[in-house]
Amino acid sequence: MTTEAPEKQPAKKEEQEESFVKLFLHNLWSANTVVVTILSIFLALLIGAVLIVISDSEVLATFSYFTSRPSDALTASWDLISQAYADLFKGAIFDPAAVQAWFDGSGDWKTALNPLSETLTYAAPLVFTGLSVAIAFRGGLFNIGGQGQAVIGCVTAGVAGFAIGLPAGLHLVVALAAGLIGGALWGFLPGLLKARTGAHEVITTIMLNYTATLFLGWLILQNGVQDPDRTDAVSKTIESTAGLPALPQPLRVHLGIVLAVLVTAGVAWLVNRSSFGFELRAVGVNPPAARTAGMSVGRTYIKLMVVAGALAGLGGAVQVLGTADRLTGQVAGNIGFDGLLVALLGRNKPWGTLFAAILYGGLRAGGNLMQVDVGVSLELVTVLQALIVIFIAAPALVKAIFQLRDARTARLGTSMAKGW
Amino acid sequence: MSGVSTATAEELAEATAPDRFWNRQRRLGAALVIIGLIAAVIFGALAESATARFTISEDAEGAALSINGQLGAILFGVVTIAAGGALLAGVAKRWQTVLLSLGIVTFVFSFLCWQVAGKFLPLVDTASGSLELALPLILGALAGVLCERSGVVNVAIEGQFLMGAFGAALVGTLATSVWAGLISAVVGGVIIASLLAVLAIRFLVDQVVVGIVLNLLALGITGFLYERLMQPDALKYNSPPRLPEWRIPGLADIPVVGPVLFETNLLVWLALALVLVIHFGLTRTRWGLRTRAVGEHPTAADTVGIRVRGLRYTNVLLGGVVAGAGGAYFTLVSTGAFNKNMTAGAGFIALAALIFGRWTPFGALGAALFFGFAQKLANYLSAVGSPVPNQFLNMLPYLATIIAVAGLVGRVRAPAADGVPYVKS
Repeated sequence: MTTEAPEKQPAKKEEQEESFVKLFLHNLWSANTVVVTILSIFLALLIGAVLIVISDSEVLATFSYFTSRPSDALTASWDLISQAYADLFKGAIFDPAAVQAWFDGSGDWKTALNPLSETLTYAAPLVFTGLSVAIAFRGGLFNIGGQGQAVIGCVTAGVAGFAIGLPAGLHLVVALAAGLIGGALWGFLPGLLKARTGAHEVITTIMLNYTATLFLGWLILQNGVQDPDRTDAVSKTIESTAGLPALPQPLRVHLGIVLAVLVTAGVAWLVNRSSFGFELRAVGVNPPAARTAGMSVGRTYIKLMVVAGALAGLGGAVQVLGTADRLTGQVAGNIGFDGLLVALLGRNKPWGTLFAAILYGGLRAGGNLMQVDVGVSLELVTVLQALIVIFIAAPALVKAIFQLRDARTARLGTSMAKGW
Repeated sequence: MSGVSTATAEELAEATAPDRFWNRQRRLGAALVIIGLIAAVIFGALAESATARFTISEDAEGAALSINGQLGAILFGVVTIAAGGALLAGVAKRWQTVLLSLGIVTFVFSFLCWQVAGKFLPLVDTASGSLELALPLILGALAGVLCERSGVVNVAIEGQFLMGAFGAALVGTLATSVWAGLISAVVGGVIIASLLAVLAIRFLVDQVVVGIVLNLLALGITGFLYERLMQPDALKYNSPPRLPEWRIPGLADIPVVGPVLFETNLLVWLALALVLVIHFGLTRTRWGLRTRAVGEHPTAADTVGIRVRGLRYTNVLLGGVVAGAGGAYFTLVSTGAFNKNMTAGAGFIALAALIFGRWTPFGALGAALFFGFAQKLANYLSAVGSPVPNQFLNMLPYLATIIAVAGLVGRVRAPAADGVPYVKS
């Protein structure tokens, strides 16, 4: 529920002709993008609450005598749920107590800002992988390979980070570029296969994801890559000259999020203003028509997958240079697949993707506190993230549950599949 | 890639024209000659000139097929080259499959001779291990066959596996019955399948999107409940009984084949029987004809009175049953306890087997066995300390699938309406 404020703004702009209040009330309960998004998040939190309750044996015990004293069960459930979700908020945005302490002078600003810092730290790589999926979607390609491209981005950026010695600044640029090129190569492959042989990109990118992960698993055990002081699968540490500059400890937020905003602006320009963007949107809407208009569909697919791969690779680079500081088997975590959810939530628009990534970063950061504080597993966040996207992807479902009115303008098309 | 990479999709369509010199058969032949040369020269040079023993009996000393490793590597490589040469020379089309299989099998033998030289490879253990590793892949790919032949893309096999594995562990432990576990594995698979069916067929959501998101949902829910229930109290929630191994007297005494096929658990027989049943069902029954019609041309099927959506619901749910049973493998056969994300991409290998097997039950079986063998071999090689990294062998299923869909070795074609929701106009 945390990013409602930024998401409401685009809706308000549309309502200028008639009286503002009348239009606002009319749109309030209709199936437009904003309402469906908010209700999806609400539904996901609702189902999450049910999961929290049924998995807690103490609270569940109070339900055994529900008919005789319902108040016990309800209070216990409510306490647990409200505490868990309050932690989610405190871990993601701010903790009122810490802010109070900061103003009193008994705490410092770092503690107060730590939740926001965590949110942005988790969000930064997701912005890149999300943009990667989103831009490919606009061109009619479904890039499930974000994970593999991010893994290769991690590998190339990481290797550039510890294998070469360069002055600070330049080293960072080189490492980021290495991640970008690595991801681009991993995206080029399915693009080429799609353009030349018609091999469906969903199949090839799924297969390349696992290939990349296995390659990473092999690489970090090799001489020259593995940390000589360790026996487990861990690479050498990345030189400090290649690390993304961060705020002072314990804050972890780094330059990656600034880079993410810049890249979002760049992608928005690329998609909406550049001739390549026009081409890719034309190909995405109707490939035969684009071909008739003289565009090379195959070449657009290749270029598009290279750009998408480069973005995901950059995401991997930001992950490894900003937070991870060395390669491990799970260094890329799940950022590629999360990027998929982020893009779907952001409706494949660059700025929407940025906000969606921040929302997901917030869920992740808040989930950490929730796990520590009330012992509700971090996995709940995965459930919430998946549920939100299920509801977003099926607006008809949300519409049916809440009996929403038809939207006047918003085009809530479910993205139709083309099959393999 | 060489020679082929310049062909566009349109040109490949023309490749069936008889006048084209580099047709599919010649390309395959050339590829076989190249890998045969690699086998004969590189494997032969690297192989130790010592005896490679492929033991038939359970112990290392007993009866064995043995050959000098270096000689074997070169010999089998030469056979591969010969098979490729025959294809290049343009033999009759009916020999094509035989020669291709011969070429690939001898290449694998050549590789084995190199690796096993001076050591031994227990055949029974390798075969039964391959079959066991292939078991979830067979069931998962069959689930995919059921869904996709009727036109619903099933990327959620991984999620169905996870829910099946989780359900089997939880209910199997609570009921202390392996059969209750097996049934709830099926229920777990059906839960994910029904979500897939409703979202894809009723709400017309992109089926690949639904599949991927359902995988994450299953990962989250099982991981969440694992950490909340199973981790704190494993004895109460996470120690299911194992599926018993049954031995058929008489048949189990046949060397090699006996212990592999007739001294095993029920799930193996179930999987092999399902391959036959689904193959027969798809090709010989009314249900099969309708399923294929709905998967290829739903509008035409609807015109003649087939309930397109109803049939798709049925098939997706049946797929959930099969994939859920495949999930039971992980907890009731393999490890005996549930663990977070324990399927680790097996659902996607099953998807690869489905595609590599060209959306047919027997193709899926063959691909699954091949992938299972590759995994088993990877385990064996890392155990004996081979210089070939096992990660590369584990990549084999994925790379083979990419090669298959790219049309470099023949062309795979999905059912025409696969993934396209049907909207009655």
